[in-house]
Amino acid sequence: MLTKRIIPCLDVKDGRVVKGVNFVNLRDAGDPVELGKRYSDEGADELVFLDITATIRSRKTIVELVEKVAENVFIPFTVGGGISSVDQIDELLRSGAEKVSLNTAAVQNPNLLTEAAQRFGNQCVVLAIDARRCKERKGHWQVTVKAGSEPTGLDVVEWAVKAEKLGAGEILLTSMDADGTKAGYDNELNKAVSDAVNIPVIASGGAGELEHLYDAIVKGGADAVLMASITHFENYTITQMKEYLASRGIPMNL
Amino acid sequence: MLVVIDYNVGNVKSVCNAFRHIGCEAKLSCSPEDIKNAAGLVLPGVAAFGYAISALGPLAGLIKKLALAGKPLLGICVGYQMLFDQSVEYGSHKGLGLISGNVVPIPDTQVIPHMGWNLVKFPRDMDLFADLPKEKHFYFAHSFYADVADPGAKIAYTDYGFQLPASVQKDTIYGTQFHPEKSGNAGLKVLENFSKICKRKAT
Repeated sequence: MLTKRIIPCLDVKDGRVVKGVNFVNLRDAGDPVELGKRYSDEGADELVFLDITATIRSRKTIVELVEKVAENVFIPFTVGGGISSVDQIDELLRSGAEKVSLNTAAVQNPNLLTEAAQRFGNQCVVLAIDARRCKERKGHWQVTVKAGSEPTGLDVVEWAVKAEKLGAGEILLTSMDADGTKAGYDNELNKAVSDAVNIPVIASGGAGELEHLYDAIVKGGADAVLMASITHFENYTITQMKEYLASRGIPMNL
Repeated sequence: MLVVIDYNVGNVKSVCNAFRHIGCEAKLSCSPEDIKNAAGLVLPGVAAFGYAISALGPLAGLIKKLALAGKPLLGICVGYQMLFDQSVEYGSHKGLGLISGNVVPIPDTQVIPHMGWNLVKFPRDMDLFADLPKEKHFYFAHSFYADVADPGAKIAYTDYGFQLPASVQKDTIYGTQFHPEKSGNAGLKVLENFSKICKRKAT
């Protein structure tokens, strides 16, 4: 049986790890390679690096970062942020990333998911969705792109189902409403998506307490939990998270 | 020195990085001279089987000859699958035939790909797992698996709704379906054990 996964997420801006609340008010959280290595040593199952600058100028920097991480970290890691072509994916995978995450580019050109899956296998294609709760339609969420700045009108669950058919191997599902609040994941969202697709769902946004991780897995049906604030600012270690989940009967790699 | 065989498939660099990290000299090369002189060979692989075996080209025959003559060989993921007789991934492709068995799809009753950390239980006498506890988690990412039919092979299994062979050893031919270079400290230990096997063999 596969274990549930603990995945620290490192948002990288101008070569530093940063973390905000609801996608704004960024705080510095350290050097990405050092932090990645620390989490790997502590027993993280995977890492996610998101380039939140994602300009043309930062493209070279992120490839160099991936190379440095790959020299120091011996667990799988995903890289995302501004990826829009199969050639870019090829470069990042060759530099040592295990998977890439696609967000805005997949909405603009859904065929990119298919091209990437056919060339590299769907196990390395992660679809990232930034979801915002609809005020007018209860129990619905809207896909938001460009780092959460642009609503698309797409329904999150429908988009997730379509993306799986197109070639996504995994869904990184971030609740923009919960992000950085430490008030818990949006498990209604997690459950709606994980019930609708067969590929793994990574719950993201809102982790603050150990119980939140448990709830995302049990109530939200998530295969993995992603967190940033609670690890970067050392509220809990990875080991504490894993021991807690294992003590509550969740299969973990301890 | 170990040689990691470079045949233009994805992410061979991670394997070299991992060996470097444990202080083991591993050269990425496709030169027959380097391959002949190596203390041991590593055949990595992130690609479809058919693509990988054709990318290997004439090196396939050389690797097979050296492995049969006793040079330690470690196949990883698709590199491991290539040790077997044949695969049915996108058509039928012949493998190196070093270990009897065929590479077949994971039953579709399971989620495919098998991706993530799964618990591998090792028989006590498998050299790759020396000095490890009797079971450990390793990182897997694959959709096909080797149905091992070789009575001379030792097998470590993982449970994925059925007993899935996770690692095989036959004489000094070794293979792992999982990625030791991405499996944290336990994976690094497996690579270190392989490098020790090669050193012992070379002296």
